[in-house]
Amino acid sequence: MAETKATLAKADGAATRVFAPIVLLALLALAPTLSNAVDNPFLIRLFTRAVIFAMAAVALNVVLGYGGLVSLMHAGLAGIGAYAVAILAFHDYDGSKFVGIFPGTGNLAISIPLAMILAGLGAAITGVVSLRTSGAYFIMITLAFNQMLYYFFVALQKYGGDDGLQILGSLDFFGLDVSKRATFYYFALAALTVETAFFALLVESRFGIILRACAQNERRVVALGVPPLRYKVAAFAISGAAAGLAGAMWATGQQFVSPSDLSWVRSGDYIVMAVLGGMGLVWGPVLGAIVYVLLEAFLPAWTQFWQAPFGVVVILIVVFLRGGLLDLVGAKGARGNGGGRG
Amino acid sequence: MSPSLFVEQSLNGVQLGVMLFLMAAGLTLVFGIMNLINLAHGSLYMAGAFFAATVFQLTDSFTLAVLVAVPASALVGAFVEWAVLRRFYQRSHLDQVLVTFGLILVFNDVVRMIWGVVPVPLSPPDALSGPVHLFGGVEYPAFRLAILAVGALVALGLYIVVSHTRVGMWIRAGASDRPMASALGVDVELVFSLVFSAGAALAGLAGLMAGPITAVQVGMGEPILILALVVTVIGGIGSIRGAFVAALIIGIGDTFGRVLLPPALGSMVIFMLMAAILAWRPKGLFPVHG
Repeated sequence: MAETKATLAKADGAATRVFAPIVLLALLALAPTLSNAVDNPFLIRLFTRAVIFAMAAVALNVVLGYGGLVSLMHAGLAGIGAYAVAILAFHDYDGSKFVGIFPGTGNLAISIPLAMILAGLGAAITGVVSLRTSGAYFIMITLAFNQMLYYFFVALQKYGGDDGLQILGSLDFFGLDVSKRATFYYFALAALTVETAFFALLVESRFGIILRACAQNERRVVALGVPPLRYKVAAFAISGAAAGLAGAMWATGQQFVSPSDLSWVRSGDYIVMAVLGGMGLVWGPVLGAIVYVLLEAFLPAWTQFWQAPFGVVVILIVVFLRGGLLDLVGAKGARGNGGGRG
Repeated sequence: MSPSLFVEQSLNGVQLGVMLFLMAAGLTLVFGIMNLINLAHGSLYMAGAFFAATVFQLTDSFTLAVLVAVPASALVGAFVEWAVLRRFYQRSHLDQVLVTFGLILVFNDVVRMIWGVVPVPLSPPDALSGPVHLFGGVEYPAFRLAILAVGALVALGLYIVVSHTRVGMWIRAGASDRPMASALGVDVELVFSLVFSAGAALAGLAGLMAGPITAVQVGMGEPILILALVVTVIGGIGSIRGAFVAALIIGIGDTFGRVLLPPALGSMVIFMLMAAILAWRPKGLFPVHG
């Protein structure tokens, strides 16, 4: 009897952890076909936005849902990635050199990894300071660092300052032209798939188990002889690099990046997406991002003041649906380890 | 930098400092006592400014605007505490961040519905509209000087209330050990409501004083909220004294950073200051909880 129960739970776990995300990503792959069928290019733009937000929210959720770290700087980290791509494209277009040394490039095979490295480095440096603290301090410090990045890019007059930076040249990935909408969509979706699969493996690895243990009881982790700070900084850096990837995709897709993409409100939106989808699963935020983008697109059709009802939805979810939307379908383990008191 | 510019910028820095203190005092008390992160504190700042602007438009009296806007902000604060936030004292920080984030969205839209997106004019009272001549021929706007004076008075008043009255004793007891204070017969719920409303009143006061200097518009509370959070963190969450010292450090640091350094660096000075102080003291300058 107990055995059947265990097998059932295991099957259920496999269904929510493996099959459900595959189905979801496969459904997402149909978006361009659907968009063509109903002859509405708006749909593909909508889903591109959802896929990119999903990349950032999945990145955030690794530290939020599994590490219990409420980071409010993921919009800033994504912004580093976005500006890396845009600035390289800027120098590629006008033939000048970055700080007079490095030439620009429009090849995403170079600029995306660079964007990820820079965002990961930014996360590691800010992480060393912020992760020494915990709980409320961590939240407020990451919020402050987000604004630091925001003001930094506002102050970069050479790269558009407040107005943002337009990507004028063409971008390609090893010769693959990503300026076509459907091509770019599949490109972004492939990146999201790789990212989700990578994190799904990561959270089940030894590294992921230590990260989760840190969220549950850091003292015991120390007692076991594992230094938690090192693991948390590493997780934050990896998460930051993935956020940088999302930012790089954002800049590529929009052909534009502006400081408003780095606003702390966007960081809050990512948290909402992660919680909305369910923090206990790696792919939960993908669902959250889709729902968020749909709400954002269709609420304004009913009322000009759509943010108030959206805010009420957020409040109601926090009050009632503590495991996110996945709670509604009764998925196991939808509630993450995260959000513990510090 | 000439001596007169130095005096002027120092005054600007101290003035920004006292404004930040008014914001941070509420934040730090609410966090210290109720363990609640309130990202919507900036909305109360905004509410204060809008109430004042409306009363000012109707009556043309700045005094009346102050007399209405401060209690009105306190009422809004009391209502939000009673209707929503009271349920979140025992919840995780993540839930608190989410719920106050949701509140910001609601507040901003409600303000947009009532007042629209165009900034509402609010001018300083006539008596304070001109410059004041200080020693050494320095001219300084009277209204800014008044803000400085009001802020200093409020800080002094808060110090007296918190350190030398019975209510202040409850507040300190609640901040350092909530269950014990409750066991000793302090009506913790009442203290919570009181502290939250007082924090809202101070935020409203800061907002209405900032109104004539910046612009009374939607989202005006968010930049100052971030600075106030930085102040709270540097000072040590829960410490009024820490908030005061940190507010002056940040106010002066930010002002001089912007004057002396290139813009990209100047705007980042306070965040680097924060990082440096926290690397040295992760719990802030005046930690309250061991």
